Amino acid sequence: MVACNPRFLWAPLLHRSNRPTEKPPSVPRTASPRRRPDARSIDAERPKRRPLDTLSPVAPRGLAAEGWEAEAGAPSTELRVPLKPIPSTDHAASRKIFCPSQLPMDSAVDGPRQPPARAGSRLCTRCGERKAALKRPKTLEQICRECFYVVFEDEIHQTIVDNNLFKPGDRVAIGASGGKDSTVLAYVLSELNRRHKYCLDLFLLSVDEGITGYRDDSLETVKRNEIQYGLPLKIVSYKDLYGWTMDDIVKAIGLKNNCTFCGVFRRQALDRGAALLKVDKIVTGHNADDIAETVLLNILRGDIARLSRCTFITTGEDGPIPRCKPFKYTYEKEILDYFSTECIYSPNAYRGFAREFIKDLERMRPRAILDIIKSGENFRISTTTRMPEQGTCERCGYISSQKLCKACVLLDGLNRGLPKLGIGRTKGIAGGDGDCEQQATRSERNRSSLQGKHGNFDF
Amino acid sequence: MHLTLEFGGGLELLLEKSTKVHKVDLQPNDGDGKVVMKGLLAWVKSNLIKERPEMFLKGDSVRPGVLVLINDCDWELCGGLDAELEEKDVVVFISTLHGG
Repeated sequence: MVACNPRFLWAPLLHRSNRPTEKPPSVPRTASPRRRPDARSIDAERPKRRPLDTLSPVAPRGLAAEGWEAEAGAPSTELRVPLKPIPSTDHAASRKIFCPSQLPMDSAVDGPRQPPARAGSRLCTRCGERKAALKRPKTLEQICRECFYVVFEDEIHQTIVDNNLFKPGDRVAIGASGGKDSTVLAYVLSELNRRHKYCLDLFLLSVDEGITGYRDDSLETVKRNEIQYGLPLKIVSYKDLYGWTMDDIVKAIGLKNNCTFCGVFRRQALDRGAALLKVDKIVTGHNADDIAETVLLNILRGDIARLSRCTFITTGEDGPIPRCKPFKYTYEKEILDYFSTECIYSPNAYRGFAREFIKDLERMRPRAILDIIKSGENFRISTTTRMPEQGTCERCGYISSQKLCKACVLLDGLNRGLPKLGIGRTKGIAGGDGDCEQQATRSERNRSSLQGKHGNFDF
Repeated sequence: MHLTLEFGGGLELLLEKSTKVHKVDLQPNDGDGKVVMKGLLAWVKSNLIKERPEMFLKGDSVRPGVLVLINDCDWELCGGLDAELEEKDVVVFISTLHGG
């Protein structure tokens, strides 16, 4: 019955854990829409699987589908993480997404049916056996879901290997927001770590901004990930780090510039959390669409410093904790998950115009996203362009091109009852006279970059 | 024609009571008794979407970034707007236009 939900195969892990553990006993196995004959054994097996397996209901490389099925039914190996039932809170239950097969039985709708033969349905170009179910944006290949999981994971493995993202023994923090990208990243990394013996110590690192009703859900997701993937979780909160929750900040400054605070604080919070975990690297779930969007925005803003580094797969190598983006070449469409919780402080914060532009381009020519990244990578910055000098904040020691880092300026404003400080063209306390002007320009930039996108742009 | 429609990735917020799954009975309005995706989108717009239809539709198609699956299969492989629907088909709409 699990396979009835199209999204189960697409990116199933969150959904799976939201599902009630008790299945209605009387529900007969219903035929999934457009069901592939050779998928039957997989369908029959799946309910016994642990959530750990659910993102990748396909044979690992080299294993025939039947062999994999046999293995999946076998007693768990020592690699599997023992799973405790996860208590679902009322809140979580209210967010539960039903798949068609979980709705009250209606024999007219849910009864067994033959998959209708639809004209134009082709076989997977990779295995040549199963019906193609998706079209890869990168290559326009039409492939089945089983093959999709294999190529998806292999590509990320390849990206990791080609770019030397990790060294054996590295301690790596996965920036986990509870959103689709980081959740898929946590799963794929822990899977690849096992499969290809990266010898990494993986951790989940989350930031609790203190937004009622928003992070609660996503933190629940991260906590489930902790159990599902057996990764230790560290949550750092704005309250602990800065003494202010986002709820407090919004009370003080209103809804207008709150995204600036959130974005600036989050970036630092991640670094501080990583320092507490003593990790060597932070990985984030930024995907190809994110990076293409950032390239465009940096061009539009003339932000040459960011333009030159926003396509780097690893950034901050000169700083204490480098960050990298294993999903740099991974399309959002392929990461898509159905988990969604909107930030309640910007309910209209759908992607901005650049995002939409990118989706338009993708529709016309799917390779466009990769090509924008390529353009960004191959930009040559004129040697006469003056770059901001990277220093450290006098107060907290965090990297900053100003005397005080952005977070300290914003925090100062909050604590002194002048929350607008550091936003827009306010003369800051940032010290240096010349600095002020520059500071203001920078804040202007930060503000526009963070609005409408949950502060996700700050690479 | 009975169809199951599912909305996710934030699209459900555009619908009444943010219901994700809708079982609908659609009357084919043209002579040959067919329902194609184009007609379904128009029907969804006028019957299900309660606010901000521009988050769902652009022109006569879905807004770019909204993924459409017909019976678990990307609609691009089924003919897109011209894909013919059949009794008991399951159509899923998921938006990518929200945070990651």
